[in-house]
Amino acid sequence: MTKLLKRMVNKMVYKRKDRKENETRPIEAKVGVIKNADGSAMFKIGKTTALAAVYGPRDLYPRFLSDPTKGILRVSYVMMPFAGAGDRVRPGPNRRSREIALVTEQALMPVIDLSEFPNSVVDVVIELPQTDAGTRCAGICAAAMALADAGIKMKDLISSVAVGCLNGTPVVDLSKEEEDLEGENADVPMAVISGSGEVTLLQLDGEVEKEHLLRAIEMGKEACKKIYDIQKNALKKKYGVEK
Amino acid sequence: MGKLIVKEKEVVVPGEDLAEGMDYLPGDGCYRDKEKVRAGRLGLVKIGGRLIKLLPLSGKYLPKKNDIIIGKVIEIAMMGWRIDTNSAYSAMLPLRDATSEYIARGANLSQYYSIGDYVVAKVTNVTSQNLVDLTMKGPGLFKLKPGRIIKVQPSKVPRIIGKSGSMVGMIKDATNSKIMVGQNGIAWIDASPEMELVVVDAIRMIEKYSHIDGLTDKVKEFLDKAVKKDGK
Amino acid sequence: MNDRMIKEHVETLLKKDRRLDGRKLTEYRKPISVESGFIETAEGSARVIIGDTEVLVGVKMGVETPYPDTPNKGNLMVNAELTPLSSPEFESGPPGIQSIELARVIDRAIRESKFIDSEKLCIEEGEKVWSVMVDISPVNDAGNLFDAGALGAIAALKSARFPGYDGERVDYKKHTDKKLPLRKTPISVTVHKIGDKLIVDPISDEEKSSDARLTVVHREDGKMCALQKGGTMPLSSDDIAKMIDLGIEKGKELAKALE
Repeated sequence: MTKLLKRMVNKMVYKRKDRKENETRPIEAKVGVIKNADGSAMFKIGKTTALAAVYGPRDLYPRFLSDPTKGILRVSYVMMPFAGAGDRVRPGPNRRSREIALVTEQALMPVIDLSEFPNSVVDVVIELPQTDAGTRCAGICAAAMALADAGIKMKDLISSVAVGCLNGTPVVDLSKEEEDLEGENADVPMAVISGSGEVTLLQLDGEVEKEHLLRAIEMGKEACKKIYDIQKNALKKKYGVEK
Repeated sequence: MGKLIVKEKEVVVPGEDLAEGMDYLPGDGCYRDKEKVRAGRLGLVKIGGRLIKLLPLSGKYLPKKNDIIIGKVIEIAMMGWRIDTNSAYSAMLPLRDATSEYIARGANLSQYYSIGDYVVAKVTNVTSQNLVDLTMKGPGLFKLKPGRIIKVQPSKVPRIIGKSGSMVGMIKDATNSKIMVGQNGIAWIDASPEMELVVVDAIRMIEKYSHIDGLTDKVKEFLDKAVKKDGK
Repeated sequence: MNDRMIKEHVETLLKKDRRLDGRKLTEYRKPISVESGFIETAEGSARVIIGDTEVLVGVKMGVETPYPDTPNKGNLMVNAELTPLSSPEFESGPPGIQSIELARVIDRAIRESKFIDSEKLCIEEGEKVWSVMVDISPVNDAGNLFDAGALGAIAALKSARFPGYDGERVDYKKHTDKKLPLRKTPISVTVHKIGDKLIVDPISDEEKSSDARLTVVHREDGKMCALQKGGTMPLSSDDIAKMIDLGIEKGKELAKALE
């Protein structure tokens, strides 16, 4: 395609072919996938797969990190080295993954109650074996299920999805191809407290009209309700009695 | 009028609505959100009149006063022993509560309890910061002999023990073994090599099926079969 | 952390030829599952499950300059990350000595067995060669990462397909049908000595009670290609001979899981 043609295509209103604008990619969720952990879960959306393990509350070293009034939540987020679509990813945390860990922690914290566990830590370890798009959101969904599985006191679950706007079309759950489209596009990862609809994660990369953005966020909230049902069912399935 | 949304013994997840209206009261693991009673953790619904509470199905042990636990000696300090409690908090077993014997100043403390020993101890005090004190003085508190140590889900310990020890008693009798189960989710088993795995499997079975009816019969059936098979 | 009571008990049982989970001394956990092509973003991948132990292995490929001493051979890199996902005992941070040993032993199994025909990975002598990067990521460490990791690495290499390459750039979106040039398959079996008994496939409590271990790598044609003795207790010649025999015997079983 020539550059001119590309630009003309980009000017056209974006229309999805394989799914509706308010539809997510196929989702799978499973709880109790890591036996060593106190709580664990897998959340897969499209090809993006997140594993989350929760260890704790447990003893926290070094001591100066601890809070004498409540336990702290410590999130780590890494992509497995073979999880990226391109070159091998250097293992271990980098600036991107550390920022994602931070916003993930803040996305989960509003529903978590660790007041019974002063000076301790709850470790949430998120790793992605395979990524496409929406990795931090998949990580948050898996982490919320893993925390519930670990028996942590929490007033609600957190559900998360990326929404966006592609040439004026608000969409839910961008794919990698959609993220990479040229033109006036925006990618908006968000997380929601399922009961109240309050937002605990909100980021935006790109260009978008305010009205379109607000519309996309509302669509994201609707999608999160469906994600919540999937998370809820996965949790109940683990604890359901096999006859 | 209030409306109950969930049933007795239903598994609910955090944030799930349990009841509507002010007639129902939130108990352990639940909270009130305006007109609703909602789940504040993952748990099993238990309804007692107007009170709804949630029994935990998972979660780490949190030391509580008067609990009998099985701990492991991890450090010998000046004033006593530091004990791992299988929780976020280790505990102190002070000299004065360690034994009914008199311990002279400067005595070699490892002759009483050495690193790696497992003890059955009672929690005497838990501060607001979860500093935990233990005692070994009292009936049924002692140092454990060598045996099998397994971890179990702390919330399932009451089921494993059963009403006044009926469940664990049934396993002991069937397998001719000694079993101690600490509130903190550490269990100790002294059985013949043939029976040891039968005990472990029976305990795992109780953990897995803790919230179904007729659990006792199910375990009994398992024991009868397993003991007969291995007895040959 | 070493647990004296657990070690004593493991030894007591072994004296009567019994194990914590009721297995025979030389019996692997069942089923051993090897699922290839598990990860779409990798050129090759495998998921290995042995009992409660689960390991993911991914192979990424790229074009690099060769090492000066092997200008006509492709590069191989094996890495293991024992991250805090898979065990409460692993910490985040740079790879510890445990990760390094695990990766090095699996690296030697692949390299010394000449499993990869690395001359066929040469694109332009001294300038461009294919580089094969194997990453081992445990999901749940319930013991015996050595054998699970090696099995996964071999299965992942077998499943690998070259990405697209136009002479300039690697196109990861393109998957070709071209397989890696592989030769005879190596198999790694780790035998542990506890007290005076030999066992294979330890669960975590057994692994912590181990006095010594010997990882035995042999190839399907019977040649031995790598050994690694671990643990703080010495081994006698008699022990070593027995451990090698056991490694070769059990290797046949593990090889079946690759089919």
